[in-house]
Amino acid sequence: MIQVKNLSKSYGNFPALSEISFQAKRGEILGFLGPNGAGKTTTMRILTGYMPPTAGSAKVAGFDVVEESLEVRKRVGYLPETVPIYPELSAREYLRFMGSLRRVENLDDRIDEVLHKVGLQDRSESYAGNLSKGLRQRLGLAQALLHRPEVLILDEPTIGLDPAQIIGVRELIREVGTDRTVMLSTHILSEAQQICDRVLIIHQGRILAEDTPTNLQSQLAGAERIRVRTSSDSKSLAKLLGKLPDTEEIKLIEGGVEVSGPPGKDIRPIIARTIVEADLDLLELSASSVSLERIFLQLTEEQNAREESE
Amino acid sequence: MRIISIIAAREFRRYYISPIAYAGAAIIFIILGGVFVMNIGFGLPTGSLRPDGRMVLQPLVIILMLVTPAFTMRLLAEEQQEGTLELLLTAPVRDWEVVLGKWLGSFGFLLVILAGTWIFPIIINRFTVPGIDQGALLSAYIGLVALVAALLAIGLFASSLFSNQPAAYLTAVGITLSLWVVGGMRAGSSAFSQAIAYLGILNHYYDNLYQGVIHLTDLIFFASLTALALFLASQVVESRRWR
Repeated sequence: MIQVKNLSKSYGNFPALSEISFQAKRGEILGFLGPNGAGKTTTMRILTGYMPPTAGSAKVAGFDVVEESLEVRKRVGYLPETVPIYPELSAREYLRFMGSLRRVENLDDRIDEVLHKVGLQDRSESYAGNLSKGLRQRLGLAQALLHRPEVLILDEPTIGLDPAQIIGVRELIREVGTDRTVMLSTHILSEAQQICDRVLIIHQGRILAEDTPTNLQSQLAGAERIRVRTSSDSKSLAKLLGKLPDTEEIKLIEGGVEVSGPPGKDIRPIIARTIVEADLDLLELSASSVSLERIFLQLTEEQNAREESE
Repeated sequence: MRIISIIAAREFRRYYISPIAYAGAAIIFIILGGVFVMNIGFGLPTGSLRPDGRMVLQPLVIILMLVTPAFTMRLLAEEQQEGTLELLLTAPVRDWEVVLGKWLGSFGFLLVILAGTWIFPIIINRFTVPGIDQGALLSAYIGLVALVAALLAIGLFASSLFSNQPAAYLTAVGITLSLWVVGGMRAGSSAFSQAIAYLGILNHYYDNLYQGVIHLTDLIFFASLTALALFLASQVVESRRWR
């Protein structure tokens, strides 16, 4: 459904994207994970036909995004990062305008259908300008779904929403993603893990990693920090754990230590055994969640190391 | 055609909920009404009221040069400001269809306003014997419609350049006033000054059309100016994609 080959985009001298390539199949939910300024929005704008790439090619639903831009745009539903609404139109009027531009058949019935799907059926006569941030996001999603697109491209669909709304939007994305290709960007790791079938990690315009969320996590298991608290003081605990072959970095924290192990290896069992054998009381043994920053740090370090060795 | 008419209809309807449109219309009708009442007030008692339906048209031309950019400044600038342009340009819509649709919508609204100003000649016609020269009036109004078409296109072009509406307004006023004053260059005798003077937008109105003479060359001038401004506007919209 989406085929991207060596895509590059520069703004003046600034390279926003450097030769990225990836694919997405029908029925797949593809997550685009990266910090702000990584090139997520640029990629999406190219795929939606809003701007052409500097080099490389991209095909969406079998059509080239530059040569057959109109055909691509007919088949793509797009929710930009800042939800584009006309404040003086009601939700229904807004959808009618967009739907008529997109030649949606039986428009009024279809509008009722998508309003119901995003849970806005009671607010269809409200002016878009009076809707809360969460409801505007849903209206934007309704607009993206209106013409039954084969490909749905959502730029940060859950940004700025409250937790309940985030859950709602995530469920909606999973639901609509069953029979079409969805590509969404986020900078929240757990979100990508929850929704996506496959995740691309993008940083400074390059794809650093591409895998299923589960594989990605196990690959990055070493980036996890294990928090250990015992009845003994921090320093003697650090000394004890420092003797283990697999503990790489030990940091003192209040009442215990934080330990990290080698990538791909879970060091929790050996830590637990060591502490019990030393006759200490184990109070806490937990893996602190992997932060996105650490993933990037690790992946970019790996990349730099590779480049140096080449 | 369908896309253009959808966009045009939306812009046309939008003027009816726009405070700027009401303010602009109010300026036009209040000032014209004042001019009209003064003319009638002096003219009727002294018997010097001329049977000329065009008495309000000269002030109207000046007002239109200052007011039409206010009607057009939001058209593209606001879409850029609000991010809705991204929505329009990722819909299966060509850039020039957006530009043409928006221009048509504003043109439709200005036609309504111009039709409203016809009330003044109708009243004069009732006060004077044998009435006014309807042919000259019609010619002057045809010229006015052509002038407004060009002013709106220039305003739309200015709006395409900015995401800031006041900047779009001032740019449009700057362009129209420049096109007005260069008309004075025809006092010069050189071919160069004559060529520049040809661009004088009001000469093309007052020389013939206002006098009741419809020359195709004047209409072609306004049509070309309109087409050029619309073309430039759609080029600017397209160039946004490359930035």
